Amino acid sequence: MTSKKTISLVILITCLLTIAIASLLVNIFEHKQEARQTFFRVVELTDDNDDPAFWGKNFPLQYDSYRRTVDMTRTRHGGSEALPRKPTARDPREVVSPEKIEEDPRLRRMWLGYPFSVDFREERGHAYMLEDQRYTRRVLEFNQPGACLNCHASAYVVYKQLGGGDIFKGFESLNRMPYAEATKLARHPVSCIDCHEPNTMALRITRPAFLNGLKAWKASQGVADYDPNKMASAQEMRSFVCGQCHVEYYFQGDEKRLVYPWRKGLRAEDMYSYYQEVKHVDFVHKETGAPVLKAQHPEFEFYNMGIHARSGVACADCHMPYRREGGLKISDHHVRSPLLNINRACQGCHNISETEIRSRAEQIQDRFLEARNLAMDALMDLIDDIARRRAEGATPSQLREAWESQRKGQFFLDLVEAENSAGFHAPGESMRVLAQALDTFRKGQIALHKAK
Amino acid sequence: MSAGHRIYPLLAGIPVGLLLGLGLYTFGYARGASYLTDDPSSCVNCHVMREQHSSWLKSSHKNVAVCNDCHTPRGLLPKYFTKALNGFNHSLAFTSGRYPDAILITERNHRVARDACLKCHEQITSRIRSARHPKDQSTSCIACHRGVGHAD
Repeated sequence: MTSKKTISLVILITCLLTIAIASLLVNIFEHKQEARQTFFRVVELTDDNDDPAFWGKNFPLQYDSYRRTVDMTRTRHGGSEALPRKPTARDPREVVSPEKIEEDPRLRRMWLGYPFSVDFREERGHAYMLEDQRYTRRVLEFNQPGACLNCHASAYVVYKQLGGGDIFKGFESLNRMPYAEATKLARHPVSCIDCHEPNTMALRITRPAFLNGLKAWKASQGVADYDPNKMASAQEMRSFVCGQCHVEYYFQGDEKRLVYPWRKGLRAEDMYSYYQEVKHVDFVHKETGAPVLKAQHPEFEFYNMGIHARSGVACADCHMPYRREGGLKISDHHVRSPLLNINRACQGCHNISETEIRSRAEQIQDRFLEARNLAMDALMDLIDDIARRRAEGATPSQLREAWESQRKGQFFLDLVEAENSAGFHAPGESMRVLAQALDTFRKGQIALHKAK
Repeated sequence: MSAGHRIYPLLAGIPVGLLLGLGLYTFGYARGASYLTDDPSSCVNCHVMREQHSSWLKSSHKNVAVCNDCHTPRGLLPKYFTKALNGFNHSLAFTSGRYPDAILITERNHRVARDACLKCHEQITSRIRSARHPKDQSTSCIACHRGVGHAD
C-alpha cells in the first residue's frame, strides 16, 4: 500500500511538472512568435480618408493608444481632472475640466474685455479638442472664425475639399468662414492623416500656417525657402508635427489668416517686436483701456529654447515614448504628460529613480510658479494703478507709457502662463521672461508716477 | 505480491519519460545550453536587450569584451552563480511579463559591472586607487565613462 501511495504521488508530481513545462514551452513559443515583426495591411488607406478608426484597422496598437487620450489625469501642476456637469441643450458635455479663471481670478482680470475672461478651462487630451471648442462659451457667445479649426479638428482633408485638392487654398477658405459654418465640415479631432502620409506612414506636415511660420523663422536664420517635408530630418519631424499646433499665433486681418509670429525668431522679445511692427491688437483691456495681446500655448517655441531640444530630444521622445508590444516597439499614441509615464518617457536616458526624476521636474515647476505668481500680482497692481488714474481723468497721452508696459509685460507673462509645462520645457528662459515681465510692470508704475 | 506491483512502475515510467522528453525538448527549443556560454547573441535570444546588444556592436569595447566580461564577476563559481541568479530573474520577468519598458540595472549587477572594469584596467587605474583609502575603493568608472559598453 505504501509503495502504491508513493507511486501515485510520483504520478501526481510528474503530472504537475509536465503541465508546468508544457505551459512554459507554450509561453516560449508565444514570445518567439511575437518577436517577429508583423504588419497586416487590412484596408487600403488613401489621402482622402481622415477616419482614425479606418486607419486603426491597419495599425490597431497605435489606434488603441490614440483612443486613450480621453483619460483625464492630474499631475501636480497640470493635467486635468474630470468634473461631472449637467448637460444643457446648448452644451451637451457631461464631463468637463476645472475652470481656470475661477481657480485663479487674476487670469480673468488679465483678460477683461476678451472672451477668455468668460470661460477658460484646463486643457484636456487630444480626444476632446473638437467638442471642447464647440461648447466653450468663448465660441457659443462670441463670433469666432473658422480659422480656429486649423488646430481643433482633423483639418487636412477639410483643406483639400475646400481648396479643390490645394491645402493652401482650402486653408484660406477655412480661415474666413464663420466658425458655426466651418465646424460642420469637421469630422474628427486630430487624426492619423494630420501627421502621417498614408502610403508610407512617414511623418508629414499638413498645416499651411506652420509651413509659413517655419519658413519665416528659418529665413530669419538665413535658410531660404525651408520646407520641412523635403528638408527636415526624421528626428526633427518628431517635433515639427507637434509644432503644427502647439504654438503662439494670431489671426491676421479681415481674412482671419492664421499666422505664427516667427519672422524675427521664437523668443518672447522676437514675437513681441513682430506684433509691434504689424501693430496687432487682440483686445482693449476693459479696466485700463490698454491695447493688449493674448498669448497662446507656445510649447514648440519654449521647447526649442530648452535643454532637451538642444540635446536632440524630440517632443515625441517624451510625450510619445516607445512602448513594447511583444517584440514590437511602437511609439505611444496616448499623448500625455511624461510625469504620468516616467519609466518610458525619462528612464530610457536618465538612469535615476522615478521618485528622483519626478521631484526634479516638480522642483522646476514649483520655482517657476512662485515667480509666475509674483508677476501676476505685479500685473494686478499695475492694472489697479492705471484704472485709478483713468478714473481720476488722466488723458491717453498720460497713460500711454503705462499702457505700453501693460501690453508688453502682460504678453510676456501670458506667454509663459499659457505654455503648458509650468516652466519645464525651458526653465531658464521661462524665468528670464518672467523677470522681464516684472521689470516691465515696475517701469509702468514708475511711468504713471512721473506722469503726474 | 500482486501483478500491480509490476504494472505501477511501468505506469509511472511512461509519464516520467514523457516529462523528461518534454523537458529536454523545451530546453533545446529555448536554446537553454546557449546560456552557459559567453556568446553575446544568447543575451538577445529574446528581444528585451536588443538595444543594448546592437549598441554594444558599435561600442569601443566590442572587440575586447563580451557581455559576460563586464556583467559577471571574476572566478568560475561567482560567475556562474551570477549567471544563474540573473537567468532566473530574467526568465521570471520575461515569462510573467512584469518588467518595465526601459530596463534599469539592479544594485547588485551595477556593482558587478563597476568592479569588472578592473579586470582589464587594474594597472592603469592603480594610481587613482592608491590615492584613496583602502577601505573605500568604490569609485565608479562608469559614472563618467558611461556608454563605453553600450548606449542604452
